Amino acid sequence: MVAFWILAPVMVAAALGLLFARKAVHAALLLAVVMISLAVLYAVQDAPFLFAVQIIVYTGAILMLFLFVLMLVGVDASDSVVETIRGHRLFSTIAGLAFGLTLVLGVAQVSFGTVIGLDSANKDGNVPSIAQILFTRYVFAFEVTSALLITAALGAMVLAHRERLTPKPTQAQLAAQRIKDYAEHGKHPGPLPPPGVFARHNAVDTPALLPDGTASEASISRVLAARGTVKSAPDIAADINELDTPGGDA
Amino acid sequence: MSVTPFIVLSAILFTIGCVGVLTRRNAIVVFMCVELMLNASNLALVTFSRANGNLDGQIAAFFVMVVAAAEVVVGLAIIMTIFRSRRSASVDDASLLKY
Repeated sequence: MVAFWILAPVMVAAALGLLFARKAVHAALLLAVVMISLAVLYAVQDAPFLFAVQIIVYTGAILMLFLFVLMLVGVDASDSVVETIRGHRLFSTIAGLAFGLTLVLGVAQVSFGTVIGLDSANKDGNVPSIAQILFTRYVFAFEVTSALLITAALGAMVLAHRERLTPKPTQAQLAAQRIKDYAEHGKHPGPLPPPGVFARHNAVDTPALLPDGTASEASISRVLAARGTVKSAPDIAADINELDTPGGDA
Repeated sequence: MSVTPFIVLSAILFTIGCVGVLTRRNAIVVFMCVELMLNASNLALVTFSRANGNLDGQIAAFFVMVVAAAEVVVGLAIIMTIFRSRRSASVDDASLLKY
């Protein structure tokens, strides 16, 4: 019961955080907190098999799937705060609170009788006992589950599959396109220049210098340039001057 | 160990998940709230399994987990497909079926 009273406030707080988290990634992490705490509560309640399955399947597989999809969709895809239906948030909160209040009051008034406990049911060990029931009484449901999982896997493949609408360009076509671009727009047909390699600077954020001393924009990634983390040519030149001063010949 | 606190916690978590489904607009967060509701019901199942002294509740919770896994796989694939065509994961934007 100690575990319960420690974990219950944590779980409720994390679940409430799920409601208010602006970013979906934070919501996923809070959900992980709830799920791991639930796993501990399963372990407390003589369900070691479900404890393992909860951590492996829910926290391990399902939440990772959520995070993968979040990465595909864009991590900073935050929720919009604008209400499309007037009073939508207010009324749904009222409805939810009424529902929860009814549920909690109802549960609190019911007497559940004496707790029998799982000591006799688990006497061969939890996993063998579950297997015993699963493969006898529930064997049909278990087999149907396999059909469900195969259907879900096929469905996900069909939904995630993207048909190629244009034929894949061959090497010859790509080469012809490069030469065509050069003829029409003067675009350099060869590979882009590598970043600058100097005595003191050798990194992707260091632009290569053209013969006239200016930095070549083609030698650095557009992303780095947009972030503004590119070293400017005068900085590099300053370092070189420092080397030229007397005593700095190290 | 009494049963009531566990069931009350399960009810609270279920309610929070319910409110989340009603109020949140990001489809992925809505999905997480559905998962929270499934987890809350699992807690109730495991608790009742202990109260009644047989393992059927744990088996039911196990099946809920399996179905939840299948549901998440298909649901997230649907969200991805919608995102690919509409560039948005908001449930409000997927309203073309209405017209």
